[in-house]
Amino acid sequence: MEGRFNWAGVIDFLPELGTGLYYTLLISIIGLIIGFVLGAIFGLGRISKNKIFYGISSIYIEVIRGTPVLVQAIWIFFALPLITGYNMASVTAGIIVIAVNSGAYIAEIVRGAVQSIAKGQVEAGRSLGLTHNQTMRYIVWPQAFKRMIPPLGNQFIISIKDTSLLSVILVPELMFQGRLIASNYFNAVEIYTTVAVFYLIITLTLSYILRMIEKRLDVQ
Amino acid sequence: MIKVENLHKSFGDHEVLKGIDCEIQSSEVVCVIGPSGSGKSTFLRCLNMLESITSGQVTVDGFNLKNKKTNINMVRTEVGMVFQQFNLFPHKTVIENIMLAPMKVRKISKNEAKERGLKLLKKVGLSDKANKYPSSLSGGQQQRVAIARALAMEPKLMLFDEPTSALDPELVGEVLEVMRQLAIEGMTMVVVTHEMGFAREVADRVLFMDEGIIMEEGRPDVIFSNPTSGRTKEFLDKVL
Ligand SMILES: Nc1ncnc2c1ncn2[C@@H]1O[C@H](COP(=O)(O)OP(=O)(O)OP(=O)(O)O)[C@@H](O)[C@H]1O
Ligand SMILES: [Mg+2]
Repeated sequence: MEGRFNWAGVIDFLPELGTGLYYTLLISIIGLIIGFVLGAIFGLGRISKNKIFYGISSIYIEVIRGTPVLVQAIWIFFALPLITGYNMASVTAGIIVIAVNSGAYIAEIVRGAVQSIAKGQVEAGRSLGLTHNQTMRYIVWPQAFKRMIPPLGNQFIISIKDTSLLSVILVPELMFQGRLIASNYFNAVEIYTTVAVFYLIITLTLSYILRMIEKRLDVQ
Repeated sequence: MIKVENLHKSFGDHEVLKGIDCEIQSSEVVCVIGPSGSGKSTFLRCLNMLESITSGQVTVDGFNLKNKKTNINMVRTEVGMVFQQFNLFPHKTVIENIMLAPMKVRKISKNEAKERGLKLLKKVGLSDKANKYPSSLSGGQQQRVAIARALAMEPKLMLFDEPTSALDPELVGEVLEVMRQLAIEGMTMVVVTHEMGFAREVADRVLFMDEGIIMEEGRPDVIFSNPTSGRTKEFLDKVL
C-alpha cells in the first residue's frame, strides 16, 4: 500500500489547484451576490399584487427550478451566443449561471420568509400610520432577513458545489483544474481527493461562519 | 369624532356587517360587546381601514374613509389601535417599538421621541423595561407597551380589540387600569371587550352587536340591568 499513491506529489500541483480555487471562490461570491439581488427582486415579485411582476417572477423561478444546472450552464455558454451573436468568456458565463440559478431558489427563500412574518406585524405598523414601504423596511424585512439566514446558507453551499459543474463550459475552476491534472499525470486518487477536501474546507468554513452569525442574531 | 352610516362589509359573498349606524363623540368611551363572529372586530377594523368598506359612509375625525382621495396614513396617525395579540415588534426593544412611528411618520427627532417614549412608559408603569425586548415581558406588560406605542402618535381616538383576551386572568387588571386612566383623561375610546365589569364601570355607552348589526345600545347600567332585546338578554345571561 505504502508506495502506491504519491500524496507528497500533490504539493507540486498546488499552484494549478490554487488557480482553480480562486475561480471557484470568485464565481461563487460574485454569482451569489447577484443571485441574492435577483432573489430579493423576484421573491418580492412572487408576493406582489402586480400581475405582470408576479407572472414574470413565477416563470423565471419555475423555469430555473425545473431544469438542471448542467443544462442551464451548457445552454448559456453554447446556445445563447448562437441566439445573441455574442460570445461570452467562460468565467462570465459561469457567473451568470450561478447568479441566475441561485436567484430562483433565493427568491423562494425570500418569499417564504416574508410571508412567514405574521399579518399582525404589518397591521400594527400600518395602524401606526407607517406606509406600506416603511412597514416593509422597518418591520417585515429585518425579521424576515433573520429567518432567511439558515436556508440562505444552505443555498450558498449548494451553489458553491454547483460551480464544479462549470468545468464542462471550460471555466478553470477547481474541478476543471483537477481533471486537467489527473488526466495528464494519472494521479486521479490523489488529485480528486485533494479537490474534494478543498470543497469540504470551503463549505465547512461557510457553515461555521453562518452558525456564528445565527448565534449573534439570537442574542436579542 | 366618528360617524358611521349604513356600513356594510362583505368578505366574498359572506356579508359580515349588515348596515351599521352609529355616532361617537369626542371623549366618549364606547364598549362593543356581542357574541363571537358577530362582526365586532370587523367593525373596529373598518374604522381605521384595516378592512376596506364595502358600502356606506364612515367619517373619522373629519376624514371621509370612502373617499379615494383621503390619505389613509394621515387618518391612521390620528387613530391608535391596540390588538388582542399585542403585535409588538419582536426585533426592537420596548423604547424602539414606541419611538419608531413618531420618528418616521411624525418626523420628530430621536431625542424627542425617546423623551416622549419614556414619559409614556412611566405612565403605563414600565419605566424599567425601556431597553428590554418584548419577549422578556409578561403579556400584561407587552399590552401596556402596545398602548404606550399607540399613544406615542398622540392620537385623537383609540381602538381596542379585546385587549385583555389573550392575557392570564391575573394580568388583566393592570391593562384595564391603564385604559381606565386613559378614559379619565378624556381619550375617545372604542373598546371591543368581554370584560363586562370594565364596560359597566368605564363606558359611557355600550353597543351590543349581533349578526352584523348593532342590536341594542345605551348606557351601561341600562343595557346590563334592563336590556330590551331578547338577544341581548340571552347574551348577558351567558357571560355575566
Ligand atoms: N379576513 C376575513 N376573511 C373572511 N372572513 C372573515 C375575515 N375576517 C373575519 N371574517 C368573518 O367575519 C365574521 C365576523 O368576524 P369578526 O372577527 O368581526 O367577529 P368578532 O365579533 O370580532 O368575533 P370574536 O369575538 O370571535 O373576535 C366571522 O364569521 C369571520 O369568520
Ligand atoms: Mg374579534
